[in-house]
Formats: sequence, C-alpha cells, structure tokens
Amino acid sequence: MREITMPISDDVIRSLKVGEPVLLTGVMVTGRDAAHKWMIETFIKKTRPPQGDDEKVYQELKKLLNGSVIYHCGPVVAKDENGEYKFLAAGPTTSIREEPYQADVMKHFNVKGVIGKGGMGAKTLKGCQETPGVYFHAIGGAASFIAQSVKKVLGVYKLEFGTPEAMWVIEVKDFPVVVTMDAHGGSQHAVIDSSSQEVLDKLLREPY
Amino acid sequence: MKDLTNEIIELIRRTSSNLPKDVEDRLRAAVEKEAPGSAARGALETIMKNIELSRKNSTPICQDTGTPIFRVHYPEGWSARKLREQIRGAMAEATKKNFMRPNAVDAVYDKNTGNNLGGDDFPSIHFEEVDADQPLTIELMLKGGGCENVGRQYSLPHNELGAGRDLAGVRKVALDAVQKAQGQGCAPGILGISIGGDRGTSYIKSKEVLYDKIGTRNADPELAKLEERLTEESNQLGIGPMGFGGQTTVIDTKITGLSRLPASYFVSVSYMCWAYRRRKMVVRGEEVEYD
Ligand code: SF4
Repeated sequence: MREITMPISDDVIRSLKVGEPVLLTGVMVTGRDAAHKWMIETFIKKTRPPQGDDEKVYQELKKLLNGSVIYHCGPVVAKDENGEYKFLAAGPTTSIREEPYQADVMKHFNVKGVIGKGGMGAKTLKGCQETPGVYFHAIGGAASFIAQSVKKVLGVYKLEFGTPEAMWVIEVKDFPVVVTMDAHGGSQHAVIDSSSQEVLDKLLREPY
Repeated sequence: MKDLTNEIIELIRRTSSNLPKDVEDRLRAAVEKEAPGSAARGALETIMKNIELSRKNSTPICQDTGTPIFRVHYPEGWSARKLREQIRGAMAEATKKNFMRPNAVDAVYDKNTGNNLGGDDFPSIHFEEVDADQPLTIELMLKGGGCENVGRQYSLPHNELGAGRDLAGVRKVALDAVQKAQGQGCAPGILGISIGGDRGTSYIKSKEVLYDKIGTRNADPELAKLEERLTEESNQLGIGPMGFGGQTTVIDTKITGLSRLPASYFVSVSYMCWAYRRRKMVVRGEEVEYD
C-alpha cells in the first residue's frame, strides 16, 4: 500500500487517484463544525473580529496546516496523571456538514487533504482541483483502531469549543484512508452512485 | 427484587465493546470476497482489527455509541418501574466509565445531558411481561446515528419506483433504500424491514427484528425467500464496504409483517451499520448469563 508523509507536495497530491488506499504519517489537525465556522468567520470572510488568542492561534495554524491535512473527527480524549493527552476513540465524522466551508479553508491555508467519512459535494471537489488537494475517506466506526495510529497529541487549540470540537494537533503513523475525491475532478462517490443506480434500474425491471 | 444495576453495566460494556460472534463471522467471511489490495478489502481488514482491539481493551467499537434500545421480558411479579430505574442508573454509570459516549442531546435547547439520560424515551426501553416461572431477559441494541439517518419509510403505492402494495413492491422500495444509503450508513449493513403498521409501529418493528441473530429467517417461507433475495440483490449494487465499491454491501436482511389499515401500506427500512452491537442477559434466580 502507498505510504505518504505529511506535509504533502502538489506533485504527490496530483498523482493520487480515486479508489487508492493510502497510509498517512506525520502531523495533522482535527477540526469539525465549530472550527470551520470559526476559521471562515474570523480569518477568511472576516465577519467577526478576532478575540482572545484568535490571532496567535491563526499564525500557528497557518504554519501547521500548510501542506497538511484536516481531519473531521470528534475524539474521545483522556488525560493521564502527567497531564498528557491520549486519544481513546477517534473515528471519522460525517463530512458533508463542512461543505459550505471546506473549499475556502483548503485554499486559504493550503490544506492538501481532508479526512472524513461519506464524501463531500461539488464545491469541495472544485476546491480539490484548485488547491490542489484530495479527500481521504477513513473507515467509519474504526474508532479504537484509528486512535492507535495516533502516536502523540502535540497540542490543542480552541479547547473552549469542547473536546470533540477543539482543534487537536496530532502525530499519526500509518493512518489508513482511501482517496475518494482527487485533484482531477474524480469522485468515487459519484461513480458508485451512478453505477449502483444503473444496476438498481435493471433490478426494478425484473419480474418478481 | 434483586438489584441488577452492576449486571446491567456489564451488559452495556459487553454490547459497546464486544461485537457478537455471528456478526464478526459474517464480516470475516466478507474479507475474502474482496480483491487483495482493494479499498474494500482494506476497509474490512481495518474493521476486523478494530473489533479485536475494542474487545481486548473494553473500549467502544465506535465512538458513536448510538441510541441505547432495551427490550425487557420480565416475569410476572417483577416491577417494571424498578427495572427502569436500574437500567437508567446503569446507563449513567456506564457513561462515566467511558463504555458509552454522552449521546443524549435535548433537541429544543441543544444541550447534551452528559450522562445518556434524556426524557422517558432515552434510553428507549420496551417492557413485556412473561409467566412467573420464566427468566428475566434484558436485551440491548446500540443503534448508531449515521446508519439511522439513512433509514427510510415508504408509503405504497410508490409510482416513481413502480412499487405496488405487495411483496414485489416491498422488494423495490427496499432496494431503493439500499441504493440511496450508499456507504453513508457505514456499510456493510444489515436491513430490518417491516411491512404494514402505522408510521410509528412500522419503524419500531423494523428495528426490533434486528434483535435476532444473523441468518435467522422468517417462519413464513415467502418472506424468508425475500430476505435472502434482498441480501443477494443489494450486493449486486456493488456499493461495497464504506461505499468504496465491492462485493459486500449488506450482510443480512430481516423482514416482519404487521397489520395495517385498509388505507395505508407502509414499508420501513432500518439500516444497521456493520457495528451491529446487540447483547442479551438472562437472569434465573441468582444466576446471570450473558449472550
Ligand atoms: S453508522 Fe455505525 S459504525 Fe458508522 S459512525 Fe455511526 S455508529 Fe459508528
């Protein structure tokens, strides 16, 4: 299986095609609903002035996200007696909720990949072509297994959003994903949707 | 009456972290059907490793520990009210122990209660009285949100699909539900289908059939045949594990028939994800047995 280390170059991104299984290694950042809304409103559309540590976090995120990956995940996290965080369960959450924000976040921060489940829509697919970037599909439900590929929690931003919504900076090793949207406009979700529709139409015509 | 709170906590632990053997066996058999190196095979292999890890570490198989749905058969003379209190107490305690994620969110005020106790409906508990010489049985199913979101209810006739009010029509809408679900319900899934009833009973029964083991067929040979046919035809759709494309989309189908009004003909399809978590405890006197 293909192994890819983050940060990821444009050449590597362009070489990825839908349907390809990949193992990811390196540093990535989790982010879901609250994080995406916050990034868009505060730094991209600027409809809300930065508050508290916003500006400082922004500068650090710019460095972390450049060439890296955002993971749609609301983890279960434990803190041990030394104050170190540990991921206990960390499966992907449904990505389509970030559809209004994702393409803009990718372009603004030069995010090369988005990990989640269920795939995303036309706007994100276009964002993947322009950035360029890809959508990586993780294995829904494989929470314990994925938590094991998180080797270290390097830090956390915006913990005030709550544990699942905070932005966790994590170091992963051999995180298993499949490319389901690529930088060339290919979407595995669209392909399977239409091929299964064809079979369904045929089955519906068959006598009982 | 004996206090069973600790025994029920153990039931919750087992349900959340230890997938039943019949489900695991089916998933393992599905691995071999996918081409080596394919995305579908990779997904199933990861699922198998996840199942083993969760069992070993007593951690939730999936971080979405779902809607807890209990079914209780209690012998005449037991108090359903006290059993309900014990189940609710056990649920709060199991959440503290991280066997369950806090999953009860007040829909109006958007607030998570933090302990998996909502109103009377959360956790959902169904009581059924049995004869005094029968054991007490408590069954638990955890129904994930992602797969719940892809469930569907049809009112027949359905013109677009050409589905009339008969088993041929049931087959058509059920296949449509599988196609529309794609991989979103964390395929491979299990279908629970109920025919008839009103909108409410129809959905409830479509989940209740999921308490039965994989491979259990309806006693009616016509329905049994349709169950097998639907599993087979769903797999022809080629949606595959996680919607990556592949041989296995559905690992079993269960159908039940209800009474209906002359005016209505509902078909409800409940989709259960691969994390098909259900367990049972049987209490005879001092003895507690888990399945
Ligand atoms: S559908 Fe099932 S396996 Fe998928 S995330 Fe929800 S509970 Fe987990």
